[in-house]
Amino acid sequence: MEQYRINPSKGMEFGLYSLGDHIPNPITGERISAGQRINELIEASKLAEQAGIDVFGVGESHQTYFTTQAHTVVLGAIAQATSKIKITSSATVLSVSDPVRVYEDFATIDLISDGRAEIVAGRGSRVGAYHLLGIDLQDYEEIFEEKLELLKKINEEDHVTWQGEFRAPLQNAHILPQPKNGSLPIWRAVGGPPASAIKAGHMGIPMMLTTLGGPAINFKHSVDAYREAAELSGFDSKSLPIATTSLFYVANTTKEALQGMYPHINGGFQAIRGGGYPKQQFAQAPDTRDALMVGSTQQIIEKILYQNELYGMQRFMAQIDFGGVPFEKIMKNIEIIGNDIIPAIKKYTAK
Amino acid sequence: MKIVALAGSIVGSKTKTAMLKTVEMLKQKYPEHEVILLDLAEYTVEFSDGRNYFEYGGDTKYVTETIMAADALIIGTPTFQASIPATLKNIFDLLPVNAFRDKVVSSVVTAGTAKHYLMVEQQLKPILAYMKAHIVPTYVFIEEKDFLRKKIVNDDILFRLERLVEDTVLTVEAFESIRAKKDEEYDF
Repeated sequence: MEQYRINPSKGMEFGLYSLGDHIPNPITGERISAGQRINELIEASKLAEQAGIDVFGVGESHQTYFTTQAHTVVLGAIAQATSKIKITSSATVLSVSDPVRVYEDFATIDLISDGRAEIVAGRGSRVGAYHLLGIDLQDYEEIFEEKLELLKKINEEDHVTWQGEFRAPLQNAHILPQPKNGSLPIWRAVGGPPASAIKAGHMGIPMMLTTLGGPAINFKHSVDAYREAAELSGFDSKSLPIATTSLFYVANTTKEALQGMYPHINGGFQAIRGGGYPKQQFAQAPDTRDALMVGSTQQIIEKILYQNELYGMQRFMAQIDFGGVPFEKIMKNIEIIGNDIIPAIKKYTAK
Repeated sequence: MKIVALAGSIVGSKTKTAMLKTVEMLKQKYPEHEVILLDLAEYTVEFSDGRNYFEYGGDTKYVTETIMAADALIIGTPTFQASIPATLKNIFDLLPVNAFRDKVVSSVVTAGTAKHYLMVEQQLKPILAYMKAHIVPTYVFIEEKDFLRKKIVNDDILFRLERLVEDTVLTVEAFESIRAKKDEEYDF
């Protein structure tokens, strides 16, 4: 775990992440400017650090309703604005970038932040980036596997000699700058079904698993399949960290939480996926066994501890700004997370 | 209420004839509702490539967005090789998972022979169920011999179409009231 900068004895880490989505606030119908959205993300990272949150992530999506396409630039600004919190992507769409450039960017963020940068590499669940950046979707599977392998190799070796299908070969290349301590934690972003989790396991790479909603137990298969694949490929699964992610909204009461979140999750799904979030399903969400993180402080604590028991993950990442959530609601969530949720979680998970 | 009648083939006349009749009945019986006929023969629709439906342009965007905005969809389909035509399957492929949640979907099917009378049960309904449609259980099966020169000449078919139109509208109303009742329980 150390090479991934994770210390389990301190208890499970709690992080925040954003996709940088940029939709109108469904309650007012108004949309803030892209500049305000990005600056509020940077502001949120400072508040998160003050609240004792461990990690802050920003992801990229290249289409309408998003604003952090250049997520590494935003992460650079966050590196400058903060001093303790870990900084990660959530995720980097590696398939549409050059692994060398990605590594250079994150090594630089690592230097700016004095050793706090991480990469979470994914394939992207939206295809906009592929069309825009000229990557053939036909190669969706293979291009990602190849690029992730290369990224891992760059991270592990001082001088890289490599040849593949989707990038010019590297001949004894020294990739600079080097991160502060020689390497970066690199995670693989994994969606719900086990296929991608199994690939992460075989590669022996930490996994960040999205558990956006529905019964938490459904994602257990992916966790088990990941560890099993890692063992089959000769890795010690106990040395590989797992992070899970979910949409998140906490308030003083269940009712307040449901009322606070529903317009945003429904509006966000409508804008980005083309269909809203069913109320009946949302009404079930505060149940401890449901993965969607909505509820009172106590309900959220119980949900996270239940999942920790189920998955044995080392990190939980919350998405608190999806669907045009105004900044005052984001601040309120960070406040409750810092004051009540993190102390409770650390208490139960620290050794 | 917004009702879309979809003629799912780009060739032939029987399905289109049946859908024109269906639309005529809808407009006559329910002038207060908005009825739109989408005849796929009149549009150039791209093959699904993984994008969200609203990210396409031109006809593809128009056809999919019109369907997604509907409260009820009446699908007219011919029978090709014991199944629905590829043009209709492509429409389903273009739409998101759960695209028919909170929508009522009913079917009108034409075929060259009575041997295909279970095609809707075996081929179409499983797709509609997967996409979360409220399916109107009965459908109207129309054979070649029921048409004469682009007119339906079998009274049984005409009566059945009238009932299908009624059932479609009533089913929308029924599910609207179920939803309203459920929503009353929720305070968000």
